[in-house]
Amino acid sequence: MSPRKVLPGVVSLYRERLVPLWERYHTPRTVNDALACLARYEGRARLVAGGTDLLIDMQHVEKGEHPLAALVDVTSVSEMTSISESHDWLHVGAAVTHTSIVNSSIVERYATCLVESCGVVGGLQVRNVATLGGNVAHALPAGDGTTSLVALGAEAEVAWHNGIREWLPVTQMFRGPGISALDSRQDVLVGFRFRSSRDGEASAFKRIMRPQGVALPILGCAVWVQLDESHQVLKDLRICISPVERVPVLAAAVEDSLRGQIISDALIRKVASAARDQLGPRASKYRSSAAYRSHMIETLLNQVLPLAIARARSGVARAEGVGLG
Amino acid sequence: MTELKLNVNGVDHELEVPESLTLAALLRQNLGLTGTKIGCDEAECGICTVHVDGLPVDSCIYPAFKAQGRRVRTVEGLACHTADGGERLHPLQCEFINHCAVQCGFCTPGLMMTAAALLEENPEPDDRDIKVALKDTYCRCTGYTSVLQAIHSAARVLRGEEPLPPREPEVVAPLKTIGHSELVPDIVDRVTGRAKYTDDYSFPGMACGRTLRSSYPHAIVRRIDTDRACTLPGVLAVLTRADVPGKNAHGIVTLDWPVLVGENETVRYMGDAIALVAAETEEIANQALKLIEVDYEPLPVVADPVYAHTPEAPLVHAGRESGNLLKHIKVRHGDLQRGFEEADVVVERTYRTPIIEHAFLEPECAIGVPEGYDGEHPKLTIYVGSQIPYQDRNQVARAMDLPDEQVRVRGTLIGGGFGGKEDIAGQIHVAMLANVLGRPVKLLYSRQESLLFHPKRHATVIRIRTGARRDGRLTAVEAELYGDAGAYASLSDKVMTRATTHATGPYDVPHAKIDCYAMYTNNPPAGAFRGFGVTQSAFAVEQNMDLIAEELGMDPLELRRINAQKVGVVTATGQKLRDSVGLLETIRICDEDLRGKANGNFRWGWREGDLAWGWGVACAYKNTGLGGGAPDKSAAEVEACDDGTVEVRTSSADMGQGLVAVLAQCAAEELGLPYGQVRVLLSDTDLTPDGGPTTASRQTFMSGNAVRHAAIGLRDALSSVLSEEHDQPPDLLRFEEGLVRVNGNSVSFGDAVRLARNQGVPMRIQHEYWGPRTQPLGTGGDMHFAFSYATQIALVSVDLNTGVVHCEKIISATDVGRAINPMLLQGQIEGGIVMALGNALTESYIVEDGVPWSTLLARYKMPSIKHTPEIVSYLVEDPVSEGPYGAKGVGEIPSINTMPAITNAIYNAAGVRVFSLPVDQDALLLALRRGETEVHSAWHDVREIKLHA
Repeated sequence: MSPRKVLPGVVSLYRERLVPLWERYHTPRTVNDALACLARYEGRARLVAGGTDLLIDMQHVEKGEHPLAALVDVTSVSEMTSISESHDWLHVGAAVTHTSIVNSSIVERYATCLVESCGVVGGLQVRNVATLGGNVAHALPAGDGTTSLVALGAEAEVAWHNGIREWLPVTQMFRGPGISALDSRQDVLVGFRFRSSRDGEASAFKRIMRPQGVALPILGCAVWVQLDESHQVLKDLRICISPVERVPVLAAAVEDSLRGQIISDALIRKVASAARDQLGPRASKYRSSAAYRSHMIETLLNQVLPLAIARARSGVARAEGVGLG
Repeated sequence: MTELKLNVNGVDHELEVPESLTLAALLRQNLGLTGTKIGCDEAECGICTVHVDGLPVDSCIYPAFKAQGRRVRTVEGLACHTADGGERLHPLQCEFINHCAVQCGFCTPGLMMTAAALLEENPEPDDRDIKVALKDTYCRCTGYTSVLQAIHSAARVLRGEEPLPPREPEVVAPLKTIGHSELVPDIVDRVTGRAKYTDDYSFPGMACGRTLRSSYPHAIVRRIDTDRACTLPGVLAVLTRADVPGKNAHGIVTLDWPVLVGENETVRYMGDAIALVAAETEEIANQALKLIEVDYEPLPVVADPVYAHTPEAPLVHAGRESGNLLKHIKVRHGDLQRGFEEADVVVERTYRTPIIEHAFLEPECAIGVPEGYDGEHPKLTIYVGSQIPYQDRNQVARAMDLPDEQVRVRGTLIGGGFGGKEDIAGQIHVAMLANVLGRPVKLLYSRQESLLFHPKRHATVIRIRTGARRDGRLTAVEAELYGDAGAYASLSDKVMTRATTHATGPYDVPHAKIDCYAMYTNNPPAGAFRGFGVTQSAFAVEQNMDLIAEELGMDPLELRRINAQKVGVVTATGQKLRDSVGLLETIRICDEDLRGKANGNFRWGWREGDLAWGWGVACAYKNTGLGGGAPDKSAAEVEACDDGTVEVRTSSADMGQGLVAVLAQCAAEELGLPYGQVRVLLSDTDLTPDGGPTTASRQTFMSGNAVRHAAIGLRDALSSVLSEEHDQPPDLLRFEEGLVRVNGNSVSFGDAVRLARNQGVPMRIQHEYWGPRTQPLGTGGDMHFAFSYATQIALVSVDLNTGVVHCEKIISATDVGRAINPMLLQGQIEGGIVMALGNALTESYIVEDGVPWSTLLARYKMPSIKHTPEIVSYLVEDPVSEGPYGAKGVGEIPSINTMPAITNAIYNAAGVRVFSLPVDQDALLLALRRGETEVHSAWHDVREIKLHA
């Protein structure tokens, strides 16, 4: 009989309340100050907005050195905390809270899906501090706000540590599940912009949750549609269903089978049912089987597409389902 | 240290504090505003909610410096302070009290602060608005129905309208105080933030304790090196196995749970404690834990109870004669073979229930104060919120090698228990640390440590075969149960015995053979949890009943009515029921509510568009008291004071259920005193006599009787003094309205007390109440002295496109013997129903090969206000002769039949029967799509396997 192996205790199941999690707390007023502040710490500080993901991850999930030398809170940077509209573009600062988006009549009117997705994140206390930028920076494959931003064809403005500020398609913000293209130790996500929905255009979002386990969606689906003048033809559309890939993406094949088509219930049912068999979503432990997700693709497309089309036809868009996600 | 300027509750503060603080820590530690409670440190439970510039936020993860220059409002700032130094409660505070929306009170500040922000923004909220606002503010006690009422009522008051009347359940015959919904005496403290739970206590010089727990679910500890931890500046002590002064074991029934696991000893689950640290600060204590080196020799893991019973399974406790079999429990009744021969239909199925976590919102906390610390602490004193103070004392004393009398356990308020605060948590550890240090030491468990450490509800696998005649009469039940006892015995023997003896359901079953195997595994220990095993067996029994009804083409309520236990029936354990069997009446009431309003159009299931709707019924019964031959007693004393007040003392625990009020009512009733003239002191082993454990739905019956008898003793003593004084026979004296009336004259109760005391008559009467004698299982006779009964009917909807299940309504009728405090009782029923709804639909504590996955509250969802169904509850008062005023237990019965009522309703709605909990919408939908009628998997069976349809 061979001697049994003796191992050091490495599995740590519950992490002790780490106090402190950080040492200094900075609240810069401009993006440049935020960048400079991060640069001063040379990677030992992190950018924070609402902190509802970051601080919990630091406390309970992440490994690594603690405490952080500093947190750099960008919620006092005015250009990051405003919602504005100009020349058919809607601009939403990265540090705008979910509550502010939900309460914004402009966003509801011009980007209804964003209100619907931000309205089902967490509970009230979390939405009061959690930001849209945080949702994107967290880079989950099924981030609710992210799903809608992708369907809206949004761009993200990034202030890189090297001084470059640029607009990028929001889809370029993700490298993998939970891996952002940004380094929150040095870069700043400033805000988002997208074309606001005009006549004949509208959007909608719905998701499927389960009452057990981690509060991540089994599936989220955001749709933006553009109808022709007769309101009978889907001139253009964007669909984001997540999680399907490792990062949020547009469902191009589904879009292609609808683009330019005359709208009918039968068409939507056919496309939804085809999408169920084509997209091949993965299973997630304790969240969903792959088979269930496939069925939910069909269920959601059958609900969200008609909703967005109805809104585009009527020109009336009232967000649904806010608050009880 | 940097300057932080903020305004808290109208007061400007300029503080020199570290920038690393969270707002919750700043409020609690630096400003002493301990009304803000911390339940999870994960922004999950919402009970730490405060307002920042009017917006509710979770203060546990809100950096204090984020509030720089802002206005913060906490629960302490809800009430107004009047010029004369008085306090005017906020309408929310008043209405939470009036509508009985406060039980343990730990979450109350969070609920009220969230609601206060809502009402400021929206003066006329509807139910949905309230559910949106409070969705992530948890309460584990109330079930939220009363919370919704309280908020609606407060909104009305704020709008200048009349408050809503409290929902007083109807009772049969209220007495002077009994039968009235008196308020819990310290209720105002629970809504103002003044109520103190263990973590709210602080003593000068108090050190911070921490526990090092195992890295493996099953391993031999080969080496523990504490040298580096000991030399860390600020570390005061690092203790290991060798430092346990007395017996290195604890356990409520069996002493099999080590205080600390030492070198060459075995860790049996991941919550096992290996070392203790005390340090000057939390930060240093945490660092020290990381510096302790432990080497393990991992052993194969016993991960489930059925495997544990196989010959190849490794032993969890080496050297036990019966191996991993903790207990084989047997019920034998009649002639099983004959029973099944008489049956026209037989159904047999296997059911599974998961491990369930109590998730009381106050994590465990204990403070040890060493002997001689100050004048108030001449002996080693443990402050703890415990369900069994005297047993804690005994367990601490044994481990400390002290006589029981040299230890004092002082019970603090308890932020929820539900059975989860019966075993030892930090009590012995703080005693050891305080003793070594000569300083007070606090051990506060984080939510995550609490999830890992404490005993849970037993997971079970139950195979059950039920036979019935064509006329519906049950003929036989045969069942085999496996219970996952986890690593240590805790109360497994008792819990699984209850599961076994109740496995016929509350029915007249002439023949039964039931075998239960409680098995040791390397999972977290399982112990007491509201429902105590009966919750699990009822899930199987009541679904088999519906299967029988379907086979017979009989109405499910009718089948239950035909078989219901009634007076004269002999149970499967050989007990002849003599009184207080109100089951038929609970069935009748539920049936009337269900069908009476349907005008003959009643259907058990129907479809509306994409929703399938269904009703489902289940019955239940649950013993009151320990039973099974265990000596069951409770002692209480009642002392009358010269000012006419009375103090009641017993060590029994109030964890939110309102025992304080019940005991005060018993004393007030017997002494004819206004309720407000009675005080109650609980849970102090130096000042209160032993009321026994607060478990088994026993305290209203046991301590209620003890207080009642002590009060009668006091009344008799006063009577004899006064009858002599006034030369009247004692039976002409009347005790009422705070007076003693004698032949047209009256003296105040206080005068009577003074008179008696001047004559040397003792005005402090202690009574030790012994419950009626019970018999051990297998010996026949009375195994229990009372049973409560209930029927529940659930209405569910199943979304045929998603499989999502909602429980929309519960109709409940509960036979409680006598309603001593109707609104508190209703709170138990509503809270118990919603807790069981969680067991059915949201909860499962997942362990993978001995390693818990449910390590965060974020991974363990309990029902939130958004899950709360409409609850219609009726009380049935079929008195039990021995109970105080006829009362029997109610703490557990509401949590027993909700799960099968819901799954029966799912079947009636969608045609799919769920055999494993919690209900998995994923499997349910796939079954619907595939045309299958049974689902045997649950949520936790959803794994990372690529399964294409």
